[in-house]
Amino acid sequence: MESKTIDFERGWDHVYKGIKQLRRILEGLPEPLFTSGEYVMLYSTVYNMCARNPPHNYSQQLYDKYREVLEEYITSTLSPSLRGKRDEFLLRELVKIWVNHKVMVRWLSRFFNYLDRYFVDYRSLPALNEVGMTCFTDLVYREVQTNIKDAAIVLIGKEREGDRIDCSLLKNVLDIFVAVGMGSMERYEDDFEADMLRDTGAYYSRKASSWIEEDSCPEYMLKCEECLKKERDRVFHYLRSSSEVKLIEKVQHELLVTYIDRLLEKEHSGCRALLRDDKADDLSRMYRLYCKIPRGLDPVADIFKQHVTAEGTALVQAIGAASNAPGVQEHVLLRKIIELHCKYMAYVTDCFQNHNLFCNALKDAFKVFCNNTGTDSSSAELLATFCDDILKKGGSEKLSDEAIEETLENAVKLLAYINDRDLFAEFYRKKLARRLLFDRSANDDHERSVLSKLKQQCGEQFTSKMEGMVTDITLSRENHAAFEDYLRSNSAAHPGIDLTVTILTTGFWPSYKPCNLNLPTEMIKCVEVFKGFYETKTKHKKLTWIYSLGTCNLSGMFDQKTIELVVSTHQAAVLMLFNTSDRLSYSEIMDQLNSTHEDLVRLLHSLSCAKYKILSKQPDTKTISRSDYFEFNSKFTNKLRRIKIPLPPVDEKKKIVEDVDKDRRYAIDAAIVRVMKTRKVLGYQQLVSECVEQLSQTFKPDIKAIKKQIEDLITREFLERDEENPNTFKYLA
Amino acid sequence: MRRSACASKKTGQTNSTNPISCSPSDLFRSASSKASSKEMERIDNLFYFYANRSSGMIDPEGIETLCSDMEVDHTDVRILMLAWKMKAEKQGYFTLEEWRRGLKALRADTVSKLKKALPELEKEVRRPSNFEDFYSYSFCYCLTEEKQKSIDIESICQLLDLVLGSQFRSQVDYFIEYLKIQSDYKVINLDQWMGFFRFCNEISFPDHSNYNPDLAWPLILDNFVEWMQAKQS
Repeated sequence: MESKTIDFERGWDHVYKGIKQLRRILEGLPEPLFTSGEYVMLYSTVYNMCARNPPHNYSQQLYDKYREVLEEYITSTLSPSLRGKRDEFLLRELVKIWVNHKVMVRWLSRFFNYLDRYFVDYRSLPALNEVGMTCFTDLVYREVQTNIKDAAIVLIGKEREGDRIDCSLLKNVLDIFVAVGMGSMERYEDDFEADMLRDTGAYYSRKASSWIEEDSCPEYMLKCEECLKKERDRVFHYLRSSSEVKLIEKVQHELLVTYIDRLLEKEHSGCRALLRDDKADDLSRMYRLYCKIPRGLDPVADIFKQHVTAEGTALVQAIGAASNAPGVQEHVLLRKIIELHCKYMAYVTDCFQNHNLFCNALKDAFKVFCNNTGTDSSSAELLATFCDDILKKGGSEKLSDEAIEETLENAVKLLAYINDRDLFAEFYRKKLARRLLFDRSANDDHERSVLSKLKQQCGEQFTSKMEGMVTDITLSRENHAAFEDYLRSNSAAHPGIDLTVTILTTGFWPSYKPCNLNLPTEMIKCVEVFKGFYETKTKHKKLTWIYSLGTCNLSGMFDQKTIELVVSTHQAAVLMLFNTSDRLSYSEIMDQLNSTHEDLVRLLHSLSCAKYKILSKQPDTKTISRSDYFEFNSKFTNKLRRIKIPLPPVDEKKKIVEDVDKDRRYAIDAAIVRVMKTRKVLGYQQLVSECVEQLSQTFKPDIKAIKKQIEDLITREFLERDEENPNTFKYLA
Repeated sequence: MRRSACASKKTGQTNSTNPISCSPSDLFRSASSKASSKEMERIDNLFYFYANRSSGMIDPEGIETLCSDMEVDHTDVRILMLAWKMKAEKQGYFTLEEWRRGLKALRADTVSKLKKALPELEKEVRRPSNFEDFYSYSFCYCLTEEKQKSIDIESICQLLDLVLGSQFRSQVDYFIEYLKIQSDYKVINLDQWMGFFRFCNEISFPDHSNYNPDLAWPLILDNFVEWMQAKQS
């Protein structure tokens, strides 16, 4: 390339020739395209005009000429073609001239490229592309921007009504809006998007107001879902993705938010009706539609909660009212509650995607009616009885293993809704003890699985005692083997009867009344022998004998045949008295046995007034009185070789409730002290709420009970009232 | 509520000082004023007039005599006020120290002067700045056993009537009625006692419109208000 200075006129002449050629090409006239040689010449000319020292440096002039050329091109060729055109035609023409303009700018910029490389930066001037854009914006865009915006919005409106439109045209038009922004989305947003959104809002507002009148809730929701889908498609096909969020929000607002109350409360098809009629699909749709809207699900969850509460309450009342056979009715109640729970849990999982709001709604609903059984027994007791029925031998269920597991699992889940969890634990423990000790447990695996489910749900502390009980039984079996070895190797140790002793660790088992019954000598010997054995094992532990829990097999030598009687130890003690006396009065038995009146009446009743009359009573009435006489009933017989004489257990319900109340007082006391020890000074209401929080896992404390304990602690000088503020308490170290 | 008056031991220990010599703990070591030591002598003599010879204290019998000499019933509240002035520790007994303290403060060295001082004493006690202290004192004064922290219902009713009856007649009447029929509490402790005083001062009666059971009022008062509301409806 030759490097020589060039005169401006001559240089510009050359370049301008090239520009004219370019214009002819763009107009579609038969014109040969530029060869690479021609292009290089043009480029070099510009180069030579710019890469010089002044006064031969024509950069500024060329820069100005660049702009001039473009402006001239636009005003003479491009703009005119737009005038007079409207709507879709306008849009089409605009796109066409935009394309042309872009080509022109591209080629021109290549010719004038040298300016871009140095001059532009040196003078901090806009680059050539920018200049091109600015010309277009000023001379074309500004004039037509309102019209094209309106035309575009009209097209969109048509599409909404179902017409087919030219999506690629719209896309190209919107590209212009973006391009004109020169790097920012401002033009797109201000000059197009804002009005488009407004128009969208008005459109859907109109639609919604008529749909809400005519359509049922499911129909309306279907329409909403479709509209939202179509709007998303719109974004995909021609709108900018940045519009999606605002667009969807607008549509949701008009369709779903504005009319939410009317929609959900629709008389025959609203949320309540859908729940009533089990319309899972519609409910799923409702969830999908409202889950994206902030707090949109709140009213839905609320209606769900009300519905479940109403169903549950009605259930409890219906069964409570219809009951006549106790025990059965309660069993049925729990079954039904479990069914209800499974049903609505399915809703929560399937329709409502396990959303927190609905999980809590379900929980709150169940808490309301699960604690109010309308019977004498608390729900804690009912649940414990229910489990007992399933777990014991010959229990009311003749179900498969899986069915049993499932039922137990569901039963444990209900525990989460019961306030008096500690009461349940106590009842369960009592019943577990009976099952374990009287060998009434149907299946060890089920027992263990329930305990592990309870542990999972309520924590280790909840089940630690029960697990201890189960372990005790296992250990006792091992212990028994050791006892037998001891007997074998110790000829002096001879109990005289087959003896099995179960050792219970005191802390794990429910507390039992110790008794001072006088045992028959045969049994006393057994006790001594076992004591001897036990002392060889450990000297540190003390054995307390609870005869009320034992069983005894006696052979009754009746006239007709000998029958084996399975009785409790107490019953056996009574019967053995008749080995030495033929006839005994109530008071004689009382003296010899050293029992309480309450117990004795029960014992004698079971042996003389119940199903199997082992003893005959004079007078032969249905109840025991202190003036009765008893004799061994030698005439007694039964077709079985072995019969069990049941001894109905004492109703421990009252005691259990009392025990739990006492434990609660201690728990409340400990909680208050714990809180105050940490906080040192605390207001009354805060103290109460922190205590409730601490105890919530186990039970729901009565506020009055907490107040009472606080006062007790004041008397015991753990706390004092603040002198200035009687509602604040201080911890006394 | 101050515990100071009650936290001390309840043994009612006397400071059986030798009446002739003045011990260093004597509170009345005055300046060498002949008049005041004369007064002291008269006060001491008056003490020994009523005191029990063997115990060296004025016992219930002595107090009864004193009361009849003053022509005041021994169950009158002013006797309790006198005890308060003396800061007497044990109910029914006055020690020499306590006697001296009270009579000196009242400037009484004869029975008639003492009697004349009673109205002034009553006014002093009933001043709001003193009354709360007197009120809590009266409770502690009735704790006769060592480690006793509460007073039985019967005695509380009498005490309430005596101490608050003139000021809060209707509250006291209703509360006494309630105490007698309820069975939750067999005794009342200091916290409940003071709570009732606060109740009388703060809560509008008999509508209880500004009573809030969610605050830390003693439980017995919550129950009392509930009972009253049930009665009124």
